Amino acid sequence: MKKVKFLTLLLIVGVLAAFTISPAAGGYNVGDTATDFSLKNVDGKMVSLKDMKNAKGYIVVFTCNHCPYAQAYEDRIVALNNKYKALGYPVVAINPNNPEKQKEDSFANMQKRAKDKKFTFPYLLDEGQKIFPQYGATKTPHVYILQKTSKGNVVKYIGAIDDNYEDAKAVKQKYVENAVDALIKGKEVTVKETKAIGCSIKA
Amino acid sequence: MVFRQVLVFLSIAALMIFASCKKEEGKTTSADVQTVGASSRDSVVSPPKPLKVYSNDTVSVKAYDYAGLEYFLTQKNDTTYVVNFWATWCVPCVEELPHFEKINVNYKENKVKVLLVSLDMVKMIEGKLLPFIKNKQIKSEVLLLRDPDADSWIPKVDSTWSGAIPATVIYNADNRKFYEKSFTYDELEKEISNFK
Repeated sequence: MKKVKFLTLLLIVGVLAAFTISPAAGGYNVGDTATDFSLKNVDGKMVSLKDMKNAKGYIVVFTCNHCPYAQAYEDRIVALNNKYKALGYPVVAINPNNPEKQKEDSFANMQKRAKDKKFTFPYLLDEGQKIFPQYGATKTPHVYILQKTSKGNVVKYIGAIDDNYEDAKAVKQKYVENAVDALIKGKEVTVKETKAIGCSIKA
Repeated sequence: MVFRQVLVFLSIAALMIFASCKKEEGKTTSADVQTVGASSRDSVVSPPKPLKVYSNDTVSVKAYDYAGLEYFLTQKNDTTYVVNFWATWCVPCVEELPHFEKINVNYKENKVKVLLVSLDMVKMIEGKLLPFIKNKQIKSEVLLLRDPDADSWIPKVDSTWSGAIPATVIYNADNRKFYEKSFTYDELEKEISNFK
């Protein structure tokens, strides 16, 4: 009898959970407070968001070495940091892939890639693949814009960098730039979420 | 966080219990299965003209933007369509491709059609995609989706799609289901059996 009761309870809780949690469960929505982390940068030092004292927020980009979509955006990610670091929104890039599953995304290859592409921002390895699931990143590249507030780093935008992965010159909507520009001006971000094609994260 | 994980685990457990109960009833009633929207189903009548046809000596691939591709995602006839979104550079996609090829052959008589929608970038078509189709002797129909404004069409394929590949849509006139995952042959066969 007890067993039946427990099963019923399990069923009810399960069904409730199934309906209350969206398919994107396990990640942040816009408005949530994002976790900080301490991850190893390509220069060997550990990096946390809180270390960047002058930042008003962060452009957190989950990206990697091997994915052609991520590669297509590398120059644009560098440009974002060059433009917005001085304005208080530095880029923080995180490679979420498990190098054992995707050899091209090893730490040594990250160091090489960062050097070759002249990254001007931290490029961190999500060792043990612990951070990306908390954010809810599913692919590379996948951007989370955070704003530093008194209650923590609040997620203000989730999604793509812009609306053309193929050709930077043909971009019509610069989602990330628009969002950061709005935050800098103290305005509400208008496009808070977008979807982009990307390589699934190999955990 | 832990609490949320427990909830997710419990919900999966509950859904599995439900799924096993439903099996006997044959027809799938899972919450993920949606009826094809009447508007999109009726709006397209004849195969759209491709943006471009890419070919080399032996193989050719038709390229569409999403407006064109939508035709292939909204057929309403007695066939079940298995539409797989992939790319030559996507390792898990390439790994599961043989299963889709096998389905296409094994279910030819059962009115199941496999469509492989490549998301290779334009610069990769000549050098990667066409040689891949030739070398792997791909028999299923391959289409190219050439529409870099992904946010405009990802939610139209399915509202739950995050944009990661591989991703697959299985649909017929009555049912439609979306999967953001990799398949084994057995899993694929099992899902298709729900569409009979």
